[in-house]
Parts: sequence; structure tokens; C-alpha cells
Amino acid sequence: MGDAPQVGLVALFFASILTSNILLSNFLGTCSFIAISKDSKSSMGLGVAVTMVIGICSAVCWIVLNYIIKPLGIEYLSFIIFIIVIAAVVQVLEMVIDRFSPSLYMALGIFLPLITVNCAVLGVILFMQIRSYNFLQAVIFGFGSGAGWWLAIMLLASIRRKIDNNPVPAGLKGTGITMITIGFMAMAFIGFSGMIAVQ
Amino acid sequence: MSPILIGPLTVAGLSTVLALVIAVLDKFLNNYGILKIDINGGKKSLDVKGGSALLGTLAAENIFVPSACGGRGSCGACKCKVLTDIGPHLPTELPFLSPAEMAANVHLACQVKVRQNLAIELPEELFSVKKFAASVERIRDLTYDIKEIRFALAGEKIEFSPGQYVQLVVPPYGDIRESVQRAYSMSSRPSDSKYVELLVRLVPGGIATTWTHKFLKEGDRVELVGPFGEFGVRDTPATMLCVAGGSGMAPFKSILYHMQETGDWAEKEIWYFFGARTAKDMFYLDELRALSEAWPKFHFVPALSEPKPEENWTGETGLITDVLDRYIKEKIGKTKPLEGYLCGSPGMINACINVMKKNGVTEDKIYYDKFA
Repeated sequence: MGDAPQVGLVALFFASILTSNILLSNFLGTCSFIAISKDSKSSMGLGVAVTMVIGICSAVCWIVLNYIIKPLGIEYLSFIIFIIVIAAVVQVLEMVIDRFSPSLYMALGIFLPLITVNCAVLGVILFMQIRSYNFLQAVIFGFGSGAGWWLAIMLLASIRRKIDNNPVPAGLKGTGITMITIGFMAMAFIGFSGMIAVQ
Repeated sequence: MSPILIGPLTVAGLSTVLALVIAVLDKFLNNYGILKIDINGGKKSLDVKGGSALLGTLAAENIFVPSACGGRGSCGACKCKVLTDIGPHLPTELPFLSPAEMAANVHLACQVKVRQNLAIELPEELFSVKKFAASVERIRDLTYDIKEIRFALAGEKIEFSPGQYVQLVVPPYGDIRESVQRAYSMSSRPSDSKYVELLVRLVPGGIATTWTHKFLKEGDRVELVGPFGEFGVRDTPATMLCVAGGSGMAPFKSILYHMQETGDWAEKEIWYFFGARTAKDMFYLDELRALSEAWPKFHFVPALSEPKPEENWTGETGLITDVLDRYIKEKIGKTKPLEGYLCGSPGMINACINVMKKNGVTEDKIYYDKFA
């Protein structure tokens, strides 16, 4: 815990949104990114859900990592443990939201349980482990990455709305043109690199 | 402690703790206390425990909203009007609701969670739906994958119109932990009111059909819920075009024998097309041929799509949709009014609707129950 990287929290937050966007620089969580971005309202719901889940899971997994996994020396099981923890956190989150904010629960709908298997969540947590962040850094990095994912899916949803009104070659309709679009977006995001470095 | 044990024990311990947390939270968070459900503007008022789906909550109070899929949200049968504002429709409900239904606050009872006092509207005839205790009287193999199962109702009589269906309650068995309900059309006649007969085709991997084929024995006790459904003969002079495949035979058996019994058969002309792949898949041939000989206005047309040479099949061959098309064009004619009655797989039903529409039968004159 003592060897946490020397990164300011604000810098880390913006870096995780822009320069090392979990979606556009690491290409994690792409399946739901492509599937849901068809519709901007659903994208909004999924973005909120992913941000919440990644943020909370980073905090919980940081505690599990530093107080259970490391002291016991069972790093080789960290993947399995993280997945169990993510699944449990999503379950609890679903119940809490269901009880205290039925309208948000309705808006998130089926997306919340789906996030359990979103690789962006596990990806962020593994980055947090590899880069040995301290607790605050882990939480900021978690929420930042979630927000980055949210930003990316909202951008793509808007672009796809524009694409719908334009002629696309038949063979590229749907996923094809979306993949190409994501490629361009990723290149655009490379423009941010060098501004702030976290890795 | 051995280092080999530490890993598994930690994972097991952590899972247990998390599961406990979820169970405890569920107990507290999912506790809505006793809530009131008001049905049809005060006709019926129920005090129920909140926290589960409306469909199951009503069933626990002996009000059985029809549900062909048993609450998985895949058939869209359990529609009911919810007058209380419970927020927007869930994404799982959207595929089954028309814009008009959404505007009228129609919801799927299996997707609505009871978390506040509710006012709902249900069709009055649902109150006559009952849960019947029954025992298996006889199981007969009709083909290698279709069984005819006859249930004796315990001391009660069932009142239904031919063409309606019941839901068979399948208890947990083997790896299946939860009780499910599946809909089957009754093949028995209404006059045979102390019994219910169902035809069940084995669907590989199907929960209910595997249970009826592999586990159910004569003498076993089961529960049936019903009757449900709007399928049945309409009171018009139009010629009936009935098409069925496999266990889709069930409602037509009930309808045909009921018409013979009541004398209605003198009035209506009926063409019954029954499709199967090979002669091995055919059943009730002798019974139905005998019926058509005694009944001049009833024409039975069994057809095989892939007859084998050694089976010596003498009837029609080809896909049932092609046979239907040919008969409408060559034998039945399009001059008199026609009505379609369909029972079978969703694929067969859609294909038959297309053929009938091409031959001038309008969609509002085509009747069917689609079990998804």
C-alpha cells in the first residue's frame, strides 16, 4: 500500500475519463457498448449503471484485495474473488435501488444485472490491482473510468443517430459501420494522450 | 493450515458472507408489509404480502391470470390493467404491448412487482378459473414422442368450452428447483367433465414435457389450473379451415367430438388439415377417418411432408401449408366465407396465416392460441 503511484487525484480522474478511456484505449466493455448505443435513452441508463457499479466495486474490491487477498497470499485467486464480489455488489445495488428509488430502478431496468458480466468492470479492478493504487486513487479511478465509459457510449449513441440519416453501404450497415466509427473515436481520443499520464 | 486449503476456504468464506449479506438485505429491503389489492373497483379486495410479482401474488389468493409461459415474461398472456400509477413500462414488457395498451396502463402481471397498494382490473371470467386437484388416470403413447394423458379430477367437475386450455403445474424435480406452469389445450370433451385429457409432445430440454414424459406415472397426483383461452368455434355460417400439427391435434379433437355430440355438426362445413413428417408421427387416423365417414360435412385431410417409401402412405404429401393452399384453390373454393382455426408451433401458425391471407381469408377471421 505504501508504493502507490504519485498521481494527483484530479489528474487521475480526468486521465481515466480521457487519456486512458477504458473503452476507447483499452477496448473493454465493447459488447454492450455496440449493442446498446443504438438508442441514446438506454445508453444513458447503462452509462449511469456502469459508472455506479465500477465506482462501488473498485472500493469494495480494493478492501478485499488489501485486507484479504494480499495478507493471505492468494493473489492467484484474485480473478475469481473479484468476479464473486462484483456479482454480489450488483445484486445488493439492485435491491437497494429497487427499494429506495423505483424510478431509477425502472430506468436502469435490465441493464443493472447485465453489468455483472461487463468486462470493463473487471478490467478497471485489475488495473487498480496492477498499478497498486491506494484507496482514494482506486475509488477516483473507478468512478472516472465509469464516467469515461458513459461519455463514450453517449458520444457513440449521438453519432449513430446521425449515421441513421445517411446512406451506408448495405454490407456495412449496423455493427460494421459502428466498429469503424469506434475506430475513429479511438483515434480521436489518442489526441488526448500525453496530456496526463497515469500508466 | 495447508496453503492449498487457504485459497478455496477464503473463496468459500467470502461467498458465504456475501450470500448472507444479500439474504439479510433481501429480508429487510424486500419487506413491504401487508398491502391491499383492489380488483375491478371494489368487487374484490385482497390483503397480500408485498415484494413479489403480481401474477404469483394473485395466484396465492386463488385468482389465476392466464400465463402460458408461467411468469417468465415470454408469452405476454398475463396482461392486466393497473389503475395505480406504478411508473413506466419495463423493457421486458414492451415487446408484448401495443401503443394503445400502453396508454391504457395495461401491464404484464408477471413483471409488475407489488410494492404499494394497487388497484387493478381483471376480466370477470377469471374468477371462475380454479385450481383442480387431479390424478393421472391413464398415459398412452400416441407416437414415439406424443403422449395422451388422462387426468381424473378429484371430486370436482370442470366447465369449459372446447378449444380452451389448462395450465399443468409441474413440481420441482431433478435439477429443476422451481415449480413451473405450462399451458396445454384440452383434448377431452366438455361432457366428460370429471376428466381432463392433454396431448404432450416431448420437446428436448423442455422442463414440463420432459417431466410428463420421463417422470409422470399413472396414479400420480397433479394440479391443473384453468380453463383459459378464447380459442373455439365461432358461431357463424362460414366454412372452417382447421390446421394442426403434432400435439396441436388436442383442441380439434375436443371441438370435433363436441360438435358431433351436440348435433352442431349438421350446420358447419369443416376441413381439417393435419400435418406430420412421417407415418410414425401420425395418430388418431382411424378415429378421425371414421368420424369423417359418418359426417358428410367433415373432411379430414392428413398429410405427410416426408413420407418414407416403406410406409405405403396413401394420403396427401407435402408441407401442410402447400396442401392447404392446393385444397383452397382446387376443392374448397374461395367463393364461400372461410374461417381459419390454427393450433401448432408458432412457425406453422405464421406460415398458415400467410397462406390463408393470400387466399382471401382476412386476419380477423383467423383464430389461434400461440404458446411461446
